[in-house]
Amino acid sequence: MSDEVIKAEGLTKVFNKSLTAVDHVNFSVKEGEIFGFLGPNGAGKTTTINMLITVLKPTEGTASLLGYDIVKEAHNVRNVIGVVPQEYTADEDLTGYENVILCADLYGIPRDVSRKRAIDLLELVELTAFKDKKVSTYSGGMRRRLELAAGLINRPRVMFLDEPTLGLDVQTRTATWNYIKLLKKEYGMTLFMTTHYLEEADALCDRVAIIDHGKIVAKGSPEELKNNLGGDIITLSIQENADITGLVERVEHVKEVKQQNGAYLIKAENGEVTAPLIIDALRKEGYAVTRLSLAKPTLNEVYLDYTGKSFRDNEESREGFVRQRMTLRRARGR
Amino acid sequence: MSRVNEQRGGRLHGLWALTNRELKKWYKEPLLLLVSVVQPVIWMGLFGKAMNLGAVFASNPGISQFAGQIMKQTFGTSDYFSFMAMGMISFVVLFTTMFSGMSIVWDRRLGFLNKVLSTPVSRGVIIFSKVLSATLRAIFQAAIVLMVALLFGLQLSSNFNPINILGVFAVIFLICIGLSSLFLLMAIRSTKWETPMAVANLVNLPLMFASNAFFPTKMMPEWLQLIAQINPLTYTTDAVRQLLIYNMNATQLLIDFTYLGVFAAVISTVGIGLSLRYLGK
Repeated sequence: MSDEVIKAEGLTKVFNKSLTAVDHVNFSVKEGEIFGFLGPNGAGKTTTINMLITVLKPTEGTASLLGYDIVKEAHNVRNVIGVVPQEYTADEDLTGYENVILCADLYGIPRDVSRKRAIDLLELVELTAFKDKKVSTYSGGMRRRLELAAGLINRPRVMFLDEPTLGLDVQTRTATWNYIKLLKKEYGMTLFMTTHYLEEADALCDRVAIIDHGKIVAKGSPEELKNNLGGDIITLSIQENADITGLVERVEHVKEVKQQNGAYLIKAENGEVTAPLIIDALRKEGYAVTRLSLAKPTLNEVYLDYTGKSFRDNEESREGFVRQRMTLRRARGR
Repeated sequence: MSRVNEQRGGRLHGLWALTNRELKKWYKEPLLLLVSVVQPVIWMGLFGKAMNLGAVFASNPGISQFAGQIMKQTFGTSDYFSFMAMGMISFVVLFTTMFSGMSIVWDRRLGFLNKVLSTPVSRGVIIFSKVLSATLRAIFQAAIVLMVALLFGLQLSSNFNPINILGVFAVIFLICIGLSSLFLLMAIRSTKWETPMAVANLVNLPLMFASNAFFPTKMMPEWLQLIAQINPLTYTTDAVRQLLIYNMNATQLLIDFTYLGVFAAVISTVGIGLSLRYLGK
């Protein structure tokens, strides 16, 4: 068996015969990695996940998970995956512990096993003190952790996280990332996640696919994607009032020079090495550099480069909007 | 690995977990439980006692001796309260199954349904747990109604046998299975609570009043009698009356049971079958 845990080929979902949510998507996820689906709201991320977790049937194309076909062998797929949906699915009227046990029952795990596991998992996500409290008293971060714990109850080999930090504040988000890393380390599984937070993809994912309008527009590790963009951005000003574009362009590794608001924006590979070279070249010609800054491209630039726009928040279905609102409201503890 | 061994439990695993999840929400919420118990009591106390048709005749001493006979002819019992209390069982069953069947709308909206669909629980179990929890709740409610009716002075028939109580629950079970499948089917595609609720309300009142629950069908206009004759609630109410307050007519009871059995079988097969198709997409 290859080390490809998930393999999607031409995966397509058309709703109501007209709305193509996911359009012939190909990708593969390797054993043990964190693979991220990055894209704006309504790009088709959740639809892709729902097909992989056997909730939706693809209109066209296929995907396999650990060699099991997601349609023909859906039952086998369900046994080896764990899912943490975008919404908070834990039952508010039940306690945290009861919710995890409920999940265990859905997998048919015998009580003597599930009791111990539930307690271990709740310990791991630091909810032990709250395990007998109703979920309605939990904060957004606590609910997210509970969902993580519940999603792990069957010791999945592949874990799906749909927007794992949607609606959480920055601090809680970072904390949640740490829990995700911890759980991955503890249980050693493959993770497939979606997000529309660029920092999240950058912080967590080994590889990402950028999806827009149901199509994958870029694939690779965050580093690769950033490098593909054409390198770092050096911003530079000189004392003299002269055009140095030609001069800078001749420096090694420099790819592009643009003048903007009296400063020069220089795109260059390996900025740390190139910047001193530029300064030297300018000094030799008698120019004095007054200011220089170096910026590494973030996924944000990559994202804008490939999708040509920032997030499209308003193009979502009404249902999706309602759901997200509900999730957000709960995240804030109402 | 032990994974394969531990994740068995037959095709029915998860049924009790999902059913109990619904029930827990209800029995662990004291206020909700109290309201659901008190509501039929109020109905019976106010409606049943206020609409004391027997009193209409009793007020005139001249005809009071015939009153009992007239009541008996009309309602099959000389006590309207007893007549109506049995109708109340149908009423409670109808509304409880409606509310429970529609809880699937919330499961869909809150994402719980997707979560369950991604687990190895069979689709049939997901649907059936809804029907089962609605049925269990309705049976419980009906039992309360019955007890309250007894406290309020339900007049059992002279040849009443305690075993008949089992028959009453069998009747309730059949009607509940049918009705909750029906309401579940109404709600399964919906992402909004309001739509199926409006439809259900539209269906409920005619179901209730075009039956013998509050008034005997033989005194209704003919077109209404026709509706009442295909209305499963008519058979439910009649069966319960035969078992508890009438001098039992075995043929009629058999007809009631047959009709309800067929109703439950057909509606639940169609309802559960279609629900299964609509569950995912």
